[in-house]
Amino acid sequence: MTSSDKTLKIYIPRDAAAVSVGADELVSAFEAQAEKRKLAIEIIRPGSRGLLWLEPMIEVATPEGRVAFGPVEEKDVASVLDAMVANGPHALRLGVAEEIPWLKKQTRLTFVRCGVVDPRSVEDYIAHGGYKGLARALTLDSAGIIADVTTSGLRGRGGAGFPTGIKWKTVADTKADRKFIVCNADEGDSGTFADRMIMEGDPFVVIEGMTIAGIAVGATKGYIYIRSEYPHAIEAMNAGIAAAKRAGYLGDNIRGSAHAFDLEVRVGAGAYVCGEETSLLESLEGRRGIVRAKPPLPAHKGLFGKPTVINNVLSFAAIPFILDNGAKAYADYGMGRSRGTMPIQLAGNVKFGGLFEVAFGITLGELVDDIGGGTFTGRPVRAVQVGGPLGAYFPRELFDTPFDYEAFAKRDGLIGHGGIVVFDDTVDMSKQARFAMEFCAIESCGKCTPCRIGSTRGVETIDKIRRGERVAENIAVLQDLSNTMKFGSLCALGGFTPYPVMSALKHFPDDFGPAPTRLQAAE
Amino acid sequence: MNAAYEPNAYEPWSADRGTEIIESLSHVEGGVIVILHAMQEAFGYVPEAAIPMIALARNLSRAEVHGVFTFYHDFRHEPAGKHVLKICRAEACQAAGGDALAARAEAKLGVKFGNTTADQRVTLEPIYCLGLCATAPSAMLDGRLVGRLDEKRIDALVAEAQR
Repeated sequence: MTSSDKTLKIYIPRDAAAVSVGADELVSAFEAQAEKRKLAIEIIRPGSRGLLWLEPMIEVATPEGRVAFGPVEEKDVASVLDAMVANGPHALRLGVAEEIPWLKKQTRLTFVRCGVVDPRSVEDYIAHGGYKGLARALTLDSAGIIADVTTSGLRGRGGAGFPTGIKWKTVADTKADRKFIVCNADEGDSGTFADRMIMEGDPFVVIEGMTIAGIAVGATKGYIYIRSEYPHAIEAMNAGIAAAKRAGYLGDNIRGSAHAFDLEVRVGAGAYVCGEETSLLESLEGRRGIVRAKPPLPAHKGLFGKPTVINNVLSFAAIPFILDNGAKAYADYGMGRSRGTMPIQLAGNVKFGGLFEVAFGITLGELVDDIGGGTFTGRPVRAVQVGGPLGAYFPRELFDTPFDYEAFAKRDGLIGHGGIVVFDDTVDMSKQARFAMEFCAIESCGKCTPCRIGSTRGVETIDKIRRGERVAENIAVLQDLSNTMKFGSLCALGGFTPYPVMSALKHFPDDFGPAPTRLQAAE
Repeated sequence: MNAAYEPNAYEPWSADRGTEIIESLSHVEGGVIVILHAMQEAFGYVPEAAIPMIALARNLSRAEVHGVFTFYHDFRHEPAGKHVLKICRAEACQAAGGDALAARAEAKLGVKFGNTTADQRVTLEPIYCLGLCATAPSAMLDGRLVGRLDEKRIDALVAEAQR
């Protein structure tokens, strides 16, 4: 046996969520322990597997596979290292990572490598099946690639759910001297972190998806617009782009073909509205993130007035699987018009929070109660907000809603970017409704009146209701105002802010009244 | 202590340095926001004097550049305190008890969100989502992320910022 065989391979995530609860400190602690014991260790920093309540969840390579421990604190390092060396028991030992039920129950198509591979290594990406989608795309013509994307049934994962293949075909069919691929990584919705996780844990899958899009529509330049609140993701994508360039997967003559494609990261500046695609394009051009009226569609006149494919991170990240395994393999998952899988994010006051990728069709109740395990405070779940700050609040009575674009729309909600925020019975729903209006007022780009003025009037009206001033009349004003915003706003910010407001009012009417009534209701 | 790790170790404003930054980014298409970020990284804020310089270099009006500068929450009009503590105020952190912790931080620091303590040591700011929604409530101190905040952890964070 050579000495390198004896080297203990330890995996400590570099994912921002793991880092926020001490992963970086564990790296130095393990190094110090190994030094003290003269033990040869190699520390690898993958992304997170997404079992976030167990973070920092670290793993060690064993003959049986990678064995996980978590959540590991600095004080546990010595004993965990003992258990790793002996391959023996430990209170924090979770067994072989892939066999943990919460992970095993998932259908990981997009996140298959996240938490597994070294996100800084293009070689590791390829060793785990990466770039096979691109290899196949290079054997197809534009129409062939787009046919696969269309047949897969993939719909925009940013929230709007527009068929990706149709968007690509429009750009491919539009003649222009320059075309662009833009990745919307302005994941501003609270309760969502899938974009962040995949960028940090498997940046090459996003790069590969964008490269395939470039080849399909004839674009040679792509931008990834990442919010400034995500420094780790920015670093990961920049490192990934540099590595892909060195390996010949970006640049001129990709893998010896006639295709050229290059990528650049652009950093946002703290404006939520820039997640709206036309606002994002304005921001990329160096302007105020003011929403554009459509038409013209970005597919016809997008970035710098040129035909542009703009898709969410998760849409691009789904592409390599589809090209590699075929459209049918993806479309076989799902329900109705929602095909494939959705990386769902369980967040807020939830016991088992994290990233759960699963085929469409699972019910909200299964996600919240069975997968999420209810609240971490142990109190009953009162409401869940699905789809970010613009998503509706659902009461327990609607937990039979299947995760599907149309099923949620039918119940006046939206799945958005797949985030679910769980609240216990201490939540004050009129306060949540007020926050939705307040957030819209802070983040409105100001172009259209219903959003700019309506949101501020909304805050004032909810305040009156909460103070008990002419409650019935003011509720009627709030409903009227919400309708004006819903139907009169230019984009989803003003147009969807009524979802959380109206759902809170509809499902939790007892919370809309003077404070004493609310407090009694909470008892 | 390594100077590179000292937060907010910014350069003083100089027009020459401003010009240098603008010229180094002259190749960036639509690059006004990229330049504003670079200015803030160098000086800790975007000095008023930089606005007409960017406008001239980019063939834009001062009003246009001022408009971009003021649209985005990230760009500072004046230097921040020595440390910047950002606490997430969005829904997932609210659900996990973030509002009470945010109020606690305000009380401990004696300033409301959006303000800097009188001794110029700590700027307290809201942030709307760090993407740490399953390890909520969360905060960021000078670029370092902290999740699973509770009273003890927020107190430690505030104390660290005040040092």
